[in-house]
Amino acid sequence: MTKTDWAYVSNDLVYGALFIYTIAFILYTYETAFAVRANKEGASSSIDRTKTAKSSRIATIVFLLATAVLLLGVVARGVSASRVPWSNMYEYSISGALTFALAYLIVGRKYDLRWLGLPISIAVLLILGTAITLLYRPSAPLVPALQSTWLVVHVFAAILSGGVFLLSNTIAATYLWLDRMERKGERTAFAKRLPTLEVLDQLSYRLVAFVFPLWTFAVIAGAIWAEAAWGRYWGWDPKETWAFITWILYAAYLHARVTAGWKGRKAAWLCLLAGSTYLFNYVYVNVWGTGRHTYSGL
Amino acid sequence: MSAPELQGLSLLRYLWRQLTSMRTALILLLLLGLASIPGSLFPQRTQSPLKVREYFESDSTGAKWMDRFYLFDVYGSPWFSAIYILLFISLIGCVVPRSWHYFREIFKAPAPAPSSLRTMEGFHEVEGQLEAAQRWLKSHRFRIVRDGKSIAAEKGYLRETGNLVFHLSLIVVLLGIAGSSVFGMRGEAIINVGERFINTPTSYDNLTPGRFFSIGNLPPFTIKADNFDATYNPETNAPEDYVLNVTTQDGVDGESIKKVVRVNEPLTFGSTRVYLQANGYSPLVTVKDKSGEVKFEGPVPFLPQDSNLTSIGAIKVPDMEPQVGFVGSFLPTAARDKVRGGFSSFPELLDPRLLVSVWTGDLKMDTGVPQSVYRIDTEDMERIGLWALRIGETYQFEVGSITFNGVIPWVNLQVVRDPGKQYALFGSILAIIGLMASLFIRQRRIWVREVNGKLEIAGLALNRLPGLDEEIKKLATEMKEAK
Repeated sequence: MTKTDWAYVSNDLVYGALFIYTIAFILYTYETAFAVRANKEGASSSIDRTKTAKSSRIATIVFLLATAVLLLGVVARGVSASRVPWSNMYEYSISGALTFALAYLIVGRKYDLRWLGLPISIAVLLILGTAITLLYRPSAPLVPALQSTWLVVHVFAAILSGGVFLLSNTIAATYLWLDRMERKGERTAFAKRLPTLEVLDQLSYRLVAFVFPLWTFAVIAGAIWAEAAWGRYWGWDPKETWAFITWILYAAYLHARVTAGWKGRKAAWLCLLAGSTYLFNYVYVNVWGTGRHTYSGL
Repeated sequence: MSAPELQGLSLLRYLWRQLTSMRTALILLLLLGLASIPGSLFPQRTQSPLKVREYFESDSTGAKWMDRFYLFDVYGSPWFSAIYILLFISLIGCVVPRSWHYFREIFKAPAPAPSSLRTMEGFHEVEGQLEAAQRWLKSHRFRIVRDGKSIAAEKGYLRETGNLVFHLSLIVVLLGIAGSSVFGMRGEAIINVGERFINTPTSYDNLTPGRFFSIGNLPPFTIKADNFDATYNPETNAPEDYVLNVTTQDGVDGESIKKVVRVNEPLTFGSTRVYLQANGYSPLVTVKDKSGEVKFEGPVPFLPQDSNLTSIGAIKVPDMEPQVGFVGSFLPTAARDKVRGGFSSFPELLDPRLLVSVWTGDLKMDTGVPQSVYRIDTEDMERIGLWALRIGETYQFEVGSITFNGVIPWVNLQVVRDPGKQYALFGSILAIIGLMASLFIRQRRIWVREVNGKLEIAGLALNRLPGLDEEIKKLATEMKEAK
């Protein structure tokens, strides 16, 4: 196969993944809706899970399948250009969607995260949809500044951290939603199936604590690369500045939790704030920003 | 709370305690993040001086006010410096006294068992013997203190060490950065291919030495640009490779060595590195006066304006009477449309064209005001001609002629001496190691006590990482089985 063929295969696979994720999304929606309806009569605390268990299992399998197809699509994109598939915004987005989905599946092996399937599949669909419609650029070789082993290390660490940050954000957001619901009264039938506030609080913290050293590494690897390519390891380039802000906010979050004993609502807000600076960095610097990290191809 | 009378030393002590409190550190940390935002929204002098100038040109009062608040020099501004200096003082004040405390803590024996274990984590009551429990804890490398009827065991002391290493190494990073800016230097020079760069202050287009860098200490090396190859993608016009072949000489009597410089592969001379930063074209021109005497000859670097290397520049000929200046644009691959006029449609030399407008009058080169070599102040000059030249063509105007002989590429070399970077890197690596130790190492205590012939086991996860329950369960099962 020629390089162009591989690029086409990659496009087909990414489109295919989008389609399969849509099915997973529909199944998750069905499951969510059905679980609520199953509760129509009788005491509000009892939920008939047997009816939804099957569709939930199928949804997870379909989600897994979609992720596998996306993985192949990302790999094919790399093969088409003979390099790592994360050198412009389109590629960064599909790789980012992949790590986000993988983070969900991997963490889901240890904790019961099936309830997160709906929001996660919506987020993945949004990322992939934006990538395909707005960000797509043909597969092309690297510009000289990106021709470095650090592209593999630095950007991969950043994508991986981003996937986990996003997952932790989703959980923190769920925490705030449920917390609000509990303060107003009882949880709704659907929400009763979700974990307790304490579990969500712990889980979002643990994800951040796990990935913070990796994010630190991503920033440092970027600095080492910048020293080799641009002659300085830190130059307050907009992307560097926002990576620094993300780092600062997560550092503050960890301190607030471990040393100052923050928990619950306050901590969840700080977690959301920190995670949104990562997203802001990804959108703002790539689309409107200036500076030297302008590889989006837009 | 009624504020106590605060005077002299006690006031200082009070302020110091406030500054080094965790709450202040957190606020300073958040403030530092907040303070770095404006620098990413407004252009900064150190990165894009041209954009800053545009601000001043389009709205000079607004820009002046912004400048008063250092919005174009955020990262060197007093308020930004104030925040990070306070943060680091707070960090030092927080970490250094604690280091001593923890340094002693590292060698300390585990705290004795609390009076009741039932309220502690993972409480178990099993049949078993204290001896067996002690053996188990020892083989799992717990630090153990035994007294009569109870054992106190602790493990994971490295976590605190990691925490300290992380915070102390941040100070190393900061010192490295400070060292670079004080003892280092950076400078830039544009070199036409074929020319030689000699590392002396006069060779630089701009040179910023650190406060304690003596310009006389520039290492004596030379770099001759032998050849420069730029490859572009024919479809996307994006660059694919830049290769600069050079002959270098390190020191006055050093031997000539041929080397290759790429964007990610700088040259190294001791602690100084030379980077390939940018490239462009220098049209070769000859300017003659009316009598045919050559008044100027040579390459003139033009500044690229876009990714297809549409370039602008100026040719100044002060030796003619009256003085003559050419305001020019250079197009490596000439194209034209109604909106933009002449522009370049590809960065390689496929159809090079030199557009010049000829001006006579006073070039104002003797006023002492520094002038851009790429622009001419044409306010007091008169335009006497306008022409587009292909290679080999000559344009005759009233007082002379200009010939476009050819094009050679130029490269922009950035010379950097950064003596603090090793320290910053060392600090960063240490910081990651410390960080991982402090986040991933479980520090926990396990207590075992013999009560009425049975063993009570419980523990405490000091940094709340999960896993203690299973560990205690394992110990309890083992005790049962040993029985």
